Amino acid sequence: MTTTLAPELNIAGLAPDDAVAFPVATVAPAPALLVEHVTKRFRPERRKPPVIAIDDVSLRLERGAIHGILGANGSGKSTLIRLVCGLLTLDEGRVEVFGLDIERDELAVKRLINRVSVDAAFFKKLSPMENLLFAARLYGLDAGAARREATRILGRLGIAQSRLGRPVEQMSRGMQQKVAIARALLTSPTLLLLDEPTTGLDPRSKLEVQAFVEEVNTSHDATIVLTTHDLAEAERLCGRITLLNGGRVVAEGTTPELKRLVAERHGQPETLEAVFMTFTGRSLDDDVEEDGETDA
Amino acid sequence: MALLTGELKASYAFVERNFFLTRRYWGWELAFLVYSVAGALSISLIGAAAGDDRLLLTLVIGAVFWNYLSVVFSWIAETIAVERWEGTLEYTFMAPVRRWTQLLGSCLYAMAYGLVHTAAMLAVLLVFFPQLRPESMNVLTAGAFVLLGSFSFVGIGMMAAILPLLYVERGAQMTFVLQSCLLLVSGVYYPVSVLPGWMQAVSHLSPATYVLAGVRAGLLNGTPITALWGDILPLVAMGIALIPAGLWAFGRAERHAKRTGKLKRVG
Repeated sequence: MTTTLAPELNIAGLAPDDAVAFPVATVAPAPALLVEHVTKRFRPERRKPPVIAIDDVSLRLERGAIHGILGANGSGKSTLIRLVCGLLTLDEGRVEVFGLDIERDELAVKRLINRVSVDAAFFKKLSPMENLLFAARLYGLDAGAARREATRILGRLGIAQSRLGRPVEQMSRGMQQKVAIARALLTSPTLLLLDEPTTGLDPRSKLEVQAFVEEVNTSHDATIVLTTHDLAEAERLCGRITLLNGGRVVAEGTTPELKRLVAERHGQPETLEAVFMTFTGRSLDDDVEEDGETDA
Repeated sequence: MALLTGELKASYAFVERNFFLTRRYWGWELAFLVYSVAGALSISLIGAAAGDDRLLLTLVIGAVFWNYLSVVFSWIAETIAVERWEGTLEYTFMAPVRRWTQLLGSCLYAMAYGLVHTAAMLAVLLVFFPQLRPESMNVLTAGAFVLLGSFSFVGIGMMAAILPLLYVERGAQMTFVLQSCLLLVSGVYYPVSVLPGWMQAVSHLSPATYVLAGVRAGLLNGTPITALWGDILPLVAMGIALIPAGLWAFGRAERHAKRTGKLKRVG
């Protein structure tokens, strides 16, 4: 539970940080995700200076939101997702999920979140059902209930029951990605992190996944963070958008706010593509190695 | 109690998943078993050719029990390497599971798999060499040493498993080299006394040395376990020390991997 200043007590001219010096007037529910001044550096080689992958990033997502994170390749989107998942340690700052600190309350946070990454990572020789059953057991789900729920979710995503027993490696890229989404949803996450979930999917599969994301958001009360290069997808799904460039937040707002901003201040067309180009200063086709993480 | 039950259920997830993997890769499993049996037979036939039943049994014991220990070691040591290869490592590390729970599941499956694999090999060898007389052997002594040795190998396996966590490409190779060194110094097919002095000193650090000495004493001489404290105590001490050390080292390695971004999929 966090405490915040009631809007009516805000005093004009005070920055939010100054405002907390005043008495707290109301108790507000914790945000679904709170990222405060997070910094992450990597050192690809010992003798070279560290690369700053995430630079003093702050975000706040309210419960039930779909929040888009846009940025060119290498802007830090995936690193930010990994930091929230606990797959990377924070160098500076803190992250809370529904009021729980991701380092102090690690296991509790892990129960609340799940992630779908751009590469559908599975044991490829195992079937979708075997992969999902493994995931379900890790999250403490009963095997029988997990089988029923997996069948239902995969059916909803257009994967027939007859495909559930065959190895994942025999499925198309799009179908594998749907199984990855099903794996994440099986654990009923209240915070779902979707890292380019529709990249590489054909138009039909992309639309099906987008519709399902909307359904999950409304019917499962899941808060969703979505990174994508598909600006139409971001416009369709996301209530708010954060733009990252070089690991820093360069803009944040609703799609209409951001469009209006580039039109009024920069004389650009009122499109999300213009927003992207203006704030990232790069082409959508720039092919830079994603993130600064070491592979050595 | 509920917490423990939950963790044991999560451990079972790894047992079940590894069973699924074994079932799916049954062709490779069969090929591996045939190769192992052929290797054990080839080595044992050296004893048969010499017309020395004692040498034959010495070699059979070396082949069979080294097979068990190396299978247990490999399954645990490859826990991380396999997940890195498949790309699932991040998902497993994201799950709300304690690391000892994951390792416990991997170890339980490794031991069960090792027992089945080794039993199949032993059955073939007993058919091939009818002169071996199991009724004159102290099987209890052999079983106790294998059990005690398993704990030590679990600990070493955990430490080996961190190599692919720390060194993305070279880790699996280093694990293989470590296993080869254990084979060389542990007196699997020959007495440790034939090794150079410095290797004999190193052999005292290998749990396999004590396991094989105890098993041979039990099966060759029918020695009861109560007469083998000199080999039991080092094994017990290694088991007590190596499992917590393995868990500790794994935790440190995981922290390092998360700090440097090495959990990320490669390839």
